[in-house]
Amino acid sequence: MSGPTTGDAGGKSAMEIAVKVGEVIEARTEEFQAESATLHQPPPLGSLIWVREGEIDIYAVTGSAATGSREPGRQAVALGQDEEELPQAYPQLSKLLRTTFVGLVVGYQEKGELRHYLPPRPVRLHNFVYLCPSEEAQRFTRSLDFLSLLAAQRQDEALGACLRLVSHVHPNAEAFLVGAGRELVPLLAGDVGRLHALLRRLRP
Amino acid sequence: MTEYLGKVTEGSLSRGLMVRLEAPIEEVRAGRLVAIQGENRRFLGYISDVSLASLSPQLASAPPPSDPFLAQVLAGTGYYGQARVLPKLILGEPSALLEGPQPATAIPPHFSPVHEASQQDVELVYGREDKRRFVVGSPLDMEVKVCLDAPLFVQRSNGVFGKTGSGKTFFTRLLLINLIQKGEAVNLVFDMHGEYGWGRPTESGVEAKGLKQTAVASRVAVFALDREAAQRRRVSPDHIVEIGYEQIEPEDMGLLRQALNLTAIAAEATYTLTKRYRQGWLAKALSLTDEELKELNIPDMTYDNLRRGLDRLRRLPFLVEHPPEDSVGRILKALQEGTSVVLDFGRHSDLTTYVLVANVLTRRLHEIYQKLTDQAQAEGAPGPTPLVITIEEAHRFLAPEVAGQTIFGTIAREMRKYNVTLLVIDQRPSGIDPEVLSQLGTRVLFPLDDERDIEAALAGSQDRAELKNVLSRLPTQRHALILGHALPMPLAIQVEDVTSSQFLSKYGVPRAGEGRPRSKIGDLFPDE
Ligand SMILES: Nc1ncnc2c1ncn2[C@@H]1O[C@H](COP(=O)(O)OP(=O)(O)O)[C@@H](O)[C@H]1O
Ligand SMILES: [Mg+2]
Repeated sequence: MSGPTTGDAGGKSAMEIAVKVGEVIEARTEEFQAESATLHQPPPLGSLIWVREGEIDIYAVTGSAATGSREPGRQAVALGQDEEELPQAYPQLSKLLRTTFVGLVVGYQEKGELRHYLPPRPVRLHNFVYLCPSEEAQRFTRSLDFLSLLAAQRQDEALGACLRLVSHVHPNAEAFLVGAGRELVPLLAGDVGRLHALLRRLRP
Repeated sequence: MTEYLGKVTEGSLSRGLMVRLEAPIEEVRAGRLVAIQGENRRFLGYISDVSLASLSPQLASAPPPSDPFLAQVLAGTGYYGQARVLPKLILGEPSALLEGPQPATAIPPHFSPVHEASQQDVELVYGREDKRRFVVGSPLDMEVKVCLDAPLFVQRSNGVFGKTGSGKTFFTRLLLINLIQKGEAVNLVFDMHGEYGWGRPTESGVEAKGLKQTAVASRVAVFALDREAAQRRRVSPDHIVEIGYEQIEPEDMGLLRQALNLTAIAAEATYTLTKRYRQGWLAKALSLTDEELKELNIPDMTYDNLRRGLDRLRRLPFLVEHPPEDSVGRILKALQEGTSVVLDFGRHSDLTTYVLVANVLTRRLHEIYQKLTDQAQAEGAPGPTPLVITIEEAHRFLAPEVAGQTIFGTIAREMRKYNVTLLVIDQRPSGIDPEVLSQLGTRVLFPLDDERDIEAALAGSQDRAELKNVLSRLPTQRHALILGHALPMPLAIQVEDVTSSQFLSKYGVPRAGEGRPRSKIGDLFPDE
């Protein structure tokens, strides 16, 4: 499973079943903004997402998502309609609104080798964002070195959600969570309140 | 595979290495023997302290984890145990194969794994049972046997200390059986409570074997002070010891001053008497005329005091003016034939008797050994077989006030010059002259309560603070810290259970007259 060719081949087959969830619309090295493929349906907080760029594949954890007006500076107004009647009354609404989400970059893969730190450059705009298939998510989270990236950005909610979600792709979810918790202790030893709160979010 | 305990994280040669524990902290006891595997060398040491640590001051002051998941995550990460290990020996050096373990003068690198010592480590350091060595117990929390080197042990005077009931007498029996069996020394045991010749019932009701009931019975003679008392205990002594007036010297009066209620001047007067009447002083002192007193310059009051003391002394039944047989001669003969002698004090186990008899006999024997040794040296012949004298209640003879004058003080100080050494047994080592303590080669330390006794027992040893920590936390049953001349490094041990069937089948023989095969353990303990 570790050779560069097998890694790539595994990626390709996984790609076929990977679900497209968005498109990159803004990018920095540490994070990118993506527009969700479906209004109101961004990938869940903490889910592992994937941007494939040929040379390297970039892994990210879904952070905060938002829905709002497509036009900058314009804000949606209250319409006073029931949810079911809304599409009929305002058919153009879905064209005016969009959902965006943040991808918190946690690592990349180059020539089949996984790295749990920031890639050399940001993801490219307009690349598609996919949900990481379980097999790939399990492979990436066998090392938990990326936790320090999220902790440093104080992304505790995304971090907790990520570990909870990912635990289910591991053979022993509880053992995975305990192991992850133990990795967090030295990172947050100086802030016990934060540590306890985060660990409570990991409880199976 | 031996148990994995943790990794070295920091520390120094002098203060010890800190080991971050991965083994459950409650199972890691001070005194435990551990091995540290460095890159090229293997280190052996012992745990001198254990402590609890937190990853950060914030964690240390935080409330305890609120649920089992948090507790599980934080155990060993945020909160962990630490052990301090004092590295003592290096095992894995190329030269070590030839010369044996070397003192540790270096330490292993960071993160070296720490395991409990293996059987091989223990055997490499303490040897296996063989012609020289005998088993005394097992290292703390280990199954392996630890040996003591008999020839090395008898090279010096040694001490067995511990509070009452801690196991001194049982251990000393084990020592004596083995010293006799290995033929390293003949022994003279001043058996104050009648425990060494024939065993007495123990607290648990099992009879502990005396030397006369073990494999070395034929090389042990029991002498007694009192035939009646011996017979009442169904013990048949080989000889009844009597002491003649002539054998009592002023030195003895000094030892017995308190017991006989003598003033300092009265005790001093005995020197004047000896100067004048030589060996006849005691007989003469009982009937001095006024003129003689005047001539000797002894005031009436002093004489009255002395008389009263001597009268008390005279009432001791084993003290006779002219004994029909020379007891010292008998003891000496036995010793020279290679037979160890247990002097059973029977019902005379009061201190006056004990101190007097032990001192008188030892003084004479020492004199003779001194002559024999000097003579042998002049002729270039080997000296007499080394003699080990065992004394219980040793502080009575070796207290700072008296050690300067008693024969025991002399023997302790002159090391093995005349082939006589002491095995000092005491529950109050702080009562013993520090100079004598410092001469002891090997020390066997059972738990002691008094701080001063612990200090005294460890006086002059390396790593005193660490050993104190180990000693003061020893389990009370059959545990001792052994250190000194005969040991490559100090060690906390659990002493062999001398009432166990394994031990009895190894050392026991049927009671005299029963003549049953000794392999049948059941026969050693007939239901009574
Ligand atoms: N090595 C041992 N094997 C079996 N029992 C022992 C041993 N050492 C001590 N004991 C038990 O402890 C009791 C006290 O031991 P003892 O040697 O008489 O103490 P001490 O001489 O220090 O006062 C014994 O009666 C016995 O029950
Ligand atoms: Mg005793």
